[in-house]
Amino acid sequence: MSLAWILLLPFAGGLAAWIAGRWSDLWARWIALGTALLHLLLLLVTWGVFFTRVAPAPGGWLMASKQPWIPQLGISFHLAVDGISLLMLLLASFLTVLAVLTSWTSITRSVGFYHFNLLLILTALSGVFIAFDLFLFFAFWEISLLPLYFLIGIWGYENRVYATTKFFIITQGSGLLMLVAILGLVVVHWQSTGVLTFDYLDLVGTVMSDTKAFWLMLGFFIAFAVKLPVVPFHTWLPDAHTQAPTAGSVALAGLVLKIGAYGMLRFVVPMFPQAVADFTLTAMILAVVGILYGALLALGQTDLKRMVAYTSISHMGFVLLGIFAGNELALQGAVIIMLSHGFSAAALFIMVGDLQHRTHTRELGRFGGLWAVMPRMGGVGLFFAMASLGLPGLASFVGEFLVLLGAFQVNMPLTVLASVGLVAATVYSLWMMQKVYYGANTGDWQVDDTSGREMTVMASLIGATLWLGLYPQPVLTTSGHALAEMKKFAAEARATAARPEGTGSAASGAVAATSPVGGERP
Amino acid sequence: MNPFSALTPIVLLGLTPLVLMLVISFHRSHRLAVLISLVGMALPLALLAGTATSAAPPLAPLLIIDGYALFYIGLLSAATMVVVVLSYGFLERVPGNREEFYLLLTLATFGCAVLTASNHFISFFLGLEILSVSLYGLVAYLRTTRTALESGIKYLILAASSAAFLLFGMALIYADLGTMDFTAMTSVLAAKTREPSVLLLGGFGMVIIGAGFKLAVVPFHMWAPDVYQGAPTPVTAYLTTVSKGAMVALLLRYGQYGGLLDYDSVASVLAVIAVLSMFLGNLLALLQDNLKRLLAYSSIAHLGYLLVAVIAASREGSHAVTFYLVAYFITSLGIFGIITALSDERKEADEISDYRGLFWRRPWVSGALSLMLFSLAGIPLTAGFVGKFYVLTAGVLSDLWALVILLVVSSVIGLYYYLRIIITMYLSAPEDPSSPLSATRRFSLPEGLVLAGLTVLLIWFGIYPAPLLSAIQAAVGSLA
Repeated sequence: MSLAWILLLPFAGGLAAWIAGRWSDLWARWIALGTALLHLLLLLVTWGVFFTRVAPAPGGWLMASKQPWIPQLGISFHLAVDGISLLMLLLASFLTVLAVLTSWTSITRSVGFYHFNLLLILTALSGVFIAFDLFLFFAFWEISLLPLYFLIGIWGYENRVYATTKFFIITQGSGLLMLVAILGLVVVHWQSTGVLTFDYLDLVGTVMSDTKAFWLMLGFFIAFAVKLPVVPFHTWLPDAHTQAPTAGSVALAGLVLKIGAYGMLRFVVPMFPQAVADFTLTAMILAVVGILYGALLALGQTDLKRMVAYTSISHMGFVLLGIFAGNELALQGAVIIMLSHGFSAAALFIMVGDLQHRTHTRELGRFGGLWAVMPRMGGVGLFFAMASLGLPGLASFVGEFLVLLGAFQVNMPLTVLASVGLVAATVYSLWMMQKVYYGANTGDWQVDDTSGREMTVMASLIGATLWLGLYPQPVLTTSGHALAEMKKFAAEARATAARPEGTGSAASGAVAATSPVGGERP
Repeated sequence: MNPFSALTPIVLLGLTPLVLMLVISFHRSHRLAVLISLVGMALPLALLAGTATSAAPPLAPLLIIDGYALFYIGLLSAATMVVVVLSYGFLERVPGNREEFYLLLTLATFGCAVLTASNHFISFFLGLEILSVSLYGLVAYLRTTRTALESGIKYLILAASSAAFLLFGMALIYADLGTMDFTAMTSVLAAKTREPSVLLLGGFGMVIIGAGFKLAVVPFHMWAPDVYQGAPTPVTAYLTTVSKGAMVALLLRYGQYGGLLDYDSVASVLAVIAVLSMFLGNLLALLQDNLKRLLAYSSIAHLGYLLVAVIAASREGSHAVTFYLVAYFITSLGIFGIITALSDERKEADEISDYRGLFWRRPWVSGALSLMLFSLAGIPLTAGFVGKFYVLTAGVLSDLWALVILLVVSSVIGLYYYLRIIITMYLSAPEDPSSPLSATRRFSLPEGLVLAGLTVLLIWFGIYPAPLLSAIQAAVGSLA
């Protein structure tokens, strides 16, 4: 079965929306919405199919399709979907639907091109989640920058040029670092087997010395850490978030941050087990620093959107903690947080966007007493403040609890420190509610409450958060299976490659040693 | 096979300026001159399809028409055709005689073709001088303007002195090796086991200086910004693509035969030049407000990237160099083409501020220009990305980790100025309706077609580079 539709559908829809936008803004919106909905629906059907065969035959843990692309360099168009990819795809598709809906009235300038960019983000991120060739992965990774660059640069707020340039340069720089790491990995594999290939399934079992493994791991780690973002690399995020249009923030928080976490899960952990084990303590310290520092800075903000951006950094710290704690509980928890943060951050950014659309300000000091004029919005805000602080029964609680449970077995003191982050989350969430909705309406705001369209968006996010909080089992089954299989596959591949005959490395039909490029060894 | 029939492409390229000269002296017509130049460039291109597969013997000691030479001759003629089309629109707007421009242009391409096929110092020097002398005329073609004259004289003096270096270098190498034939050099060098003599190394150094001037790599880059800015834009396009491309082609061949890259000291000199070019080019480009100057510095940086692949002279190195050049040709011709086509009689569109808000008025043009700039910056989906990727791969395969890391760092610096141009196009248009480019010139049909074609190629080679790669592997394979 070809998986190319996952990419072609949103891309074609985006083009159609762009073209339709020349005549009618409304058409562009409807085409974009229809495309995203169809994408989501098809993915749900795929999930249903996948879900019915949770215990498939050995090796059947992913659906794959593979075409030669640049055979001279061992590059193929290799797409594959496993449980984790599928969950991320669902999140991407779902949030794109919401992004289109939130832009319905707030975007009025070149609507067609705007929706093309939104759907191009979906295309590129879908590509990132299903690419099983490292060149392809890198290409999609980079492509995802372009539409965001335009979204922030064209439809952003007052300081958008600075923010978008900073975002682009920092993330592109980290991407190039990853490219060097990818090339290093490919060359190590080439030197030990004589096969030049960029295929994930071939490279995952590459055997290398500990030093090389460490440096390559570090290259990948930093590239993903910039996206996640881990604290010393986070400076692009608050600016990009603050200046982005609402849909851009949704895409950034909901999706772009997730490809950093996804990359760590997919590449760093299975490929370099020893280096990761050596690096665990450092990464966990960075994670805890991120949790606390993000929360602390969130408390210090006067700009509502910037504050939500810093809470993202704090939440992503939990993801990093989970990934590097490395046991099944923690990894599962990390996946859940990726989803739950996707919902709650998207909701908060949409809320800020709606507020700004009405009041033309994001200054915390100018809000206050809004509950009286917009009780529905206040209720929604309260719900997601609770979701953000980890109230049991809501999605983040499940994820954070699992991560802390898993991390506790690995490093108790750091886990204790990390759980202080939960307290801080309570403080900033309630503080936000206090500042925006409670108290006296000092700004004398007279604004409309949420419209039906806005309420639909919020209701769907509330539903998703509740569902993930109350019945996470389908998600846990899907991701748990994929995580276990990924680990097993990598271990088997490594064992095969380590055998003296070294016969198993060309297993999935990479470029044979007779190719003009790969033929000679230095 | 008759050895002279192999020469046909070069002979045809040489005949074109002669025919042009005769026609001009009897009947002046701008259109006719353009037509003759186009046909003169297209004929060898058409012939290449037939001859590309046959491995021709070296023709006497001077020229060697192998697949490698033919590939580059094809590339250079195709690029010249693009420049001819762009020049037509450009020259229509300037006073004075226009026909001689094409005479010089085709003559320069003939010189380039000789360079790519040369197997001997004599043909190397002859080709280079034919190219340079034509370029003096081309750079200063608008002789009534001050900037054109200034850049013409600058180019004349620097190119002439670099030619002197080159000659001296050749003499030193000849004194040491006793031959000027590249193929013979290989055997002489192979027979030597001792350390290279000072004479030989000095000769290599002088040749690098001579070539470095043509390529405008640091520290031989001083002329580039002024000449780029002052020369007519189509000529700038020609300088940055055809003239540099021919030199790179020669350098690769000479490096392969003449033992240039076998010595560590030469490789380290080239590495220093590459690093300096990458960083200085990208850093100085940050400060520019004039698009043509900016592209001059960007070109310095790109030649630095190319040198990394030249140093990685493994097979992948020469493939990477060739692929990168093709991508760079497409991109540079596209950008300079857009600059030319947007300019009108009153104003050349060469300030970055001229492009403010272009997207809202000319979405297609600015979309194409954005793609070209993304390609220069090495963003996926464009040929420039595959080229940069290939260069990095070649570097890593040759264990040039330091150079690869420096290349990555400097290209991150370079991102900033490409983004600056792109974002300018998407800003809201200036309020002042009297600003120079508020009513930009419409493209003529040939200009539009050529630019659209370049954009399509840019995307095509970015998404599906496999066919081009196999063509390059077949062509460059004949070099080894």
